Amino acid sequence: MSFISYLINGVSLGSVYAIIALGYTMVYGIAKMLNFAHGDVIMVGGYVVFTTVSTWGMPPIAGLIISVCVCTILGMVIERVAYKPLRNATPLAVLITAIGVSYLLQNIALLIFSASPKSFTSIVTIPALSLAGGQIIVSGETIVTIISCVVIMIALMLFIRKTKAGQAMLAVSEDRGAATLMGVNVNGTIALTFAIGSGLAAIAGVLLCSAYPTLTPYTGAMPGIKAFVAAVFGGIGSIPGAFIGGILLGVIENLAKAYISSQMADAIVFAVLIVVLLVRPTGILGKKMNEKV
Amino acid sequence: MKLKKILSLCLAGAMVLSLAACGSKDSGSSDNASADNGAQASSDAQVFKIGSIGPTTGGAAIYGNAVKSAIEIAVDEVNAAGGINGYQVECNFQDDEHDAEKSVNAYNTLKDWGMQILVGTVTSKPCEAVVEKTSADNMFQITPSATSVNSIQHENAFRMCFSDPNQGTESANYIADNSLATKISVIYDSSDTYSSGIYTQFAATAKERGLEIVTADAFTADSNTDFSVQIQKAKDAGADLLFLPIYYSQAALILQQADKIGYDPVFFGVDGMDGILSVENFDTTLAEGLIFLTPFAATAEDDLTQNFVKAYEAKCGETPNQFAADAYDCVYVLKMAIEKAGVTPDMSVSDICEALKPVMGEISYTGLTGQDISWTAEGEPSKAPIVVKIVNGAYELQ
Repeated sequence: MSFISYLINGVSLGSVYAIIALGYTMVYGIAKMLNFAHGDVIMVGGYVVFTTVSTWGMPPIAGLIISVCVCTILGMVIERVAYKPLRNATPLAVLITAIGVSYLLQNIALLIFSASPKSFTSIVTIPALSLAGGQIIVSGETIVTIISCVVIMIALMLFIRKTKAGQAMLAVSEDRGAATLMGVNVNGTIALTFAIGSGLAAIAGVLLCSAYPTLTPYTGAMPGIKAFVAAVFGGIGSIPGAFIGGILLGVIENLAKAYISSQMADAIVFAVLIVVLLVRPTGILGKKMNEKV
Repeated sequence: MKLKKILSLCLAGAMVLSLAACGSKDSGSSDNASADNGAQASSDAQVFKIGSIGPTTGGAAIYGNAVKSAIEIAVDEVNAAGGINGYQVECNFQDDEHDAEKSVNAYNTLKDWGMQILVGTVTSKPCEAVVEKTSADNMFQITPSATSVNSIQHENAFRMCFSDPNQGTESANYIADNSLATKISVIYDSSDTYSSGIYTQFAATAKERGLEIVTADAFTADSNTDFSVQIQKAKDAGADLLFLPIYYSQAALILQQADKIGYDPVFFGVDGMDGILSVENFDTTLAEGLIFLTPFAATAEDDLTQNFVKAYEAKCGETPNQFAADAYDCVYVLKMAIEKAGVTPDMSVSDICEALKPVMGEISYTGLTGQDISWTAEGEPSKAPIVVKIVNGAYELQ
């Protein structure tokens, strides 16, 4: 019985990782860069909801919408100011800039909200499900997180397959130069990618803070790194890969905590990652990429 | 194109400037403070210079800020009442962000300022690094709140709070004496010397006292938000008491997550639990019935406590925690020791330390955090913790 609740909690945690991992994987696929500031956009999303809902007393759904808008704009601004000028710079320069943006966001949050942790009021009002005569209790947050993850994943796949903008993303990710020649607006497409990724980060932030209700300027850092691992695990650049990688990571982490050692859980997760990468260097669903000459 | 380049340069420049502005705000003010102090020192060399180090930014900022404010209150009081041995006291507080390396840097800054006695550092890990430096310089050090054993391992260092092993023993004894539980689960932070130190001693004493620990699960600083597995294990093992030798920010999460799965044992914490009621937006009804050890309860009705609480509330707008109380006591312990030893500010750092060390073994101090406290040669205070229980959103002495 407890196995099932560990599993459900693992899937729920994994769903949050998966939503965050989408941001990493889309940006990597299209702009070929690792946006390490992504984790901190999650934190910003959390603080926006905290401020609007808990401090100003707005309804949770309004807070969520404002949060998604703020993060979308923030993502586009970061891209425009910090990354676009470096479009043709070496990947290392962009990586360092991303780390710089990450610290900038953390320090701004420290200045505004101070270091003391805030307790986040869950925006989920669904009551907990009690299964098997009360032996398994599935919280409302868990249900909402898993459902949102699946819905977002399906919506995103449809967006990429069925819309012109989505097709443009695919084209840019395959060959940026050729896409430009074919008349695709590369800069616009990259900006759109950042907008979607950051908007999703806001949703992930709200789900994360609802399930684990604490908020500090460093809230996004560790989930961000775990989600990056999930993206690599599933195959970076692949959207279904981010989903599978996220869920697997969450489940392995929780089961390792429950049955092997609670303090070794992270080490076990990373050991599994190494084994997977040894067998499949591009991740579970990663495509084999040939170096273009 | 050129215009765009200029624009992005401007934006980048603005970003750098805004960063620089953020940074210089802090360093600027402390520069000013030390410059002022320096000016005062040159005009009047006859002052005691007490330095202090602790985190005023970063994750442990509330501890450092509490200590800083309390020291300032105590020093102002002492100065207003004529100083120590007739000499005024100056204090200087440096931020270490709860980082050992920055703490040593802060120590060097304070030495340049002319520090004679160190009250600090606030947290254990940095203290373990700084105590090596004070020992090498033979500077007298008293920490208000660093609990780990090694943070005062040299003979020039003393502490005001209880040590980690002490808290573990006291907790187990209290649980056994009051038959609070038969089956106990523990959730502790294995990446923190404070938490794991208390747990180790708690486990040893619990065994002696015949208490059964059914599960003991750790978490680390990198995985300190999801406790669903640890709580589920405790619930499945039928533990009727959950011992939490951790800081309040994680404890608040554990209370919320336990509530979600309908698990309601007795929650028992140590002094790191102090502050749980002031977590912004936390549903304090979840903390009802929580029992924990603390050296200080702001609700105590004696004059000393009430006066301190009033002064602190006037200065900071919030109720003081135990870190503040320990820091306040530190200043008065120093005053008592300096007066007894007859130390004057013109003595060298090392001479002051040599004069104060033997005196610490002789004095008996009554303050906010205990009565008739005396010190061993190892620097440990003798004081009994107060046990409090949260009832109707306030601390109730047990």
